[in-house]
Amino acid sequence: MKQKSVAVVGAAETTKMGKIPDVSVIGLHADAALNAMKDAGLTPADIDGVATAGVSPVELAHYLGITPTYADGTSVGGCSFMLHVRHAAAAINAGLATTILITHGESGRSRVGAGGFGRAPSSLMGQFEMPYGVGGPPTMFTIPVLRYMKTHGVTEEDLAMVAVIQREWAALNPRSSFKDPITVDDVLNSDMIAWPFRKLMCCLVTDGGGALILTSAERAKDFPQKPVYVLGTGESVETPMVSQMDDFNTSKAFRVSGKKAFDEAGISHSDVDHLMIYDAFAHLPLYGLEDLGFCKPGEAKDFIRERNTAIGGKLPLNTNGGGLSYMHSGMYGMYALQESVRQMRGIAPAQVKDANISVCHGVGGMFAASGTIIFSNEAP
Amino acid sequence: MPRMAPEPTPETQHFWDGTLKGELLLQRNKETGIAYFPPRPFDPRTGSRDVEVFKASGRATLYSYVINVRPRPDMGTEPYAIAVVQLEEGPRMMTNIVNCPQTPEALQLDMPLQVTFEKISDTIALPLFEPAKG
Repeated sequence: MKQKSVAVVGAAETTKMGKIPDVSVIGLHADAALNAMKDAGLTPADIDGVATAGVSPVELAHYLGITPTYADGTSVGGCSFMLHVRHAAAAINAGLATTILITHGESGRSRVGAGGFGRAPSSLMGQFEMPYGVGGPPTMFTIPVLRYMKTHGVTEEDLAMVAVIQREWAALNPRSSFKDPITVDDVLNSDMIAWPFRKLMCCLVTDGGGALILTSAERAKDFPQKPVYVLGTGESVETPMVSQMDDFNTSKAFRVSGKKAFDEAGISHSDVDHLMIYDAFAHLPLYGLEDLGFCKPGEAKDFIRERNTAIGGKLPLNTNGGGLSYMHSGMYGMYALQESVRQMRGIAPAQVKDANISVCHGVGGMFAASGTIIFSNEAP
Repeated sequence: MPRMAPEPTPETQHFWDGTLKGELLLQRNKETGIAYFPPRPFDPRTGSRDVEVFKASGRATLYSYVINVRPRPDMGTEPYAIAVVQLEEGPRMMTNIVNCPQTPEALQLDMPLQVTFEKISDTIALPLFEPAKG
């Protein structure tokens, strides 16, 4: 399906970011939603579609006083919001709703009104992964990487370089959690979390939220902000168990989602001015660059080391500082989308000059799911 | 604190009955002979329900792992490897590597392994792997 007739007309993050002990999860959703509505010049009465993950779209709609004709509760982890954008584009094109609000809010650090991270012991993960001592993403998402490193000769220094370059971007962003420069040695000397992963190769744990409002491209011209058009979208899922990934060297969900989005947008890789790849851990940009087709298998480490993704490089990547340095509340995909929208509006703190096309790629679970959105500030 | 234990379902009970008897049981498509894991009453490649349970060799190689240096409370106090092994029959599974130092030097990718079983309750034995002997 071509989805060229849809645009983002409202986008905002929570008023505060990082440590927000005085706001609950649903409160973070609402704060971001109200900020996005203000950005778009709308009130809850103007919204007729809702989508969210973490909380139910019912909870969201009721809390904000919205009576929707469209509700999407797709919840596949941190990339859920990419899928929400994709579904919203289809829904708007199909006439299910005209003005769709997508929200995220998570009290990842302060845990105010937040649920747990448990898996039922009778689930497949509960039976065939949990008994072996996994303790959440740092010991699950990381398991494939030693195989990837052996296959392609990737070193711990290569992983560290991802974090170093993203910190350089974070330094340009006043809202980043971490701004001080770091070196490869700093990363390799930081606390061991789960070998070969050190603390500075792992994402932050913070509080925050964000919201987007989408409508048809035709209506988008009448809104106060510069419209950001959706050129192409993709999604896929692979497995709820990281141990059952098809191949530890590549993510099938990344490949399927990325290809779908590029095909739909009808663009080539050389058209891309700005890239976001969800970086819960330092290996994800490496997998993403290869699985999206920006690099051949095994070449992403050199591409990053040669500073192609750094400030002044030909493919600026994770320009907000990423989950490693900007913020990561648990489901980071919303913040990647926000940065793509800022770049397309031309208002990002680390603005990429003359950027017209931004690719925003998310992951959910531990390589469980993926969503890809391609944005442009030029009407298709 | 007792180790976190799996709770079998009707679709997986045979697997856990097997480990309790010291057998690693897989399933395969009777027509193609291709094995799969985790257990389910049909072949995920074809959707065929014409499948059978069989005893695996217990031989495997080390596919990938991490060493968790912040042990989960039910896992003791020492760092331990969380591994994925490549079974000789094709499927992969998560496990722990035992009877071996939990270090990068001792845990080399592709090293040969064999299954061993650790009883953690009256009803559950976990399939673990150790370096292959001889």
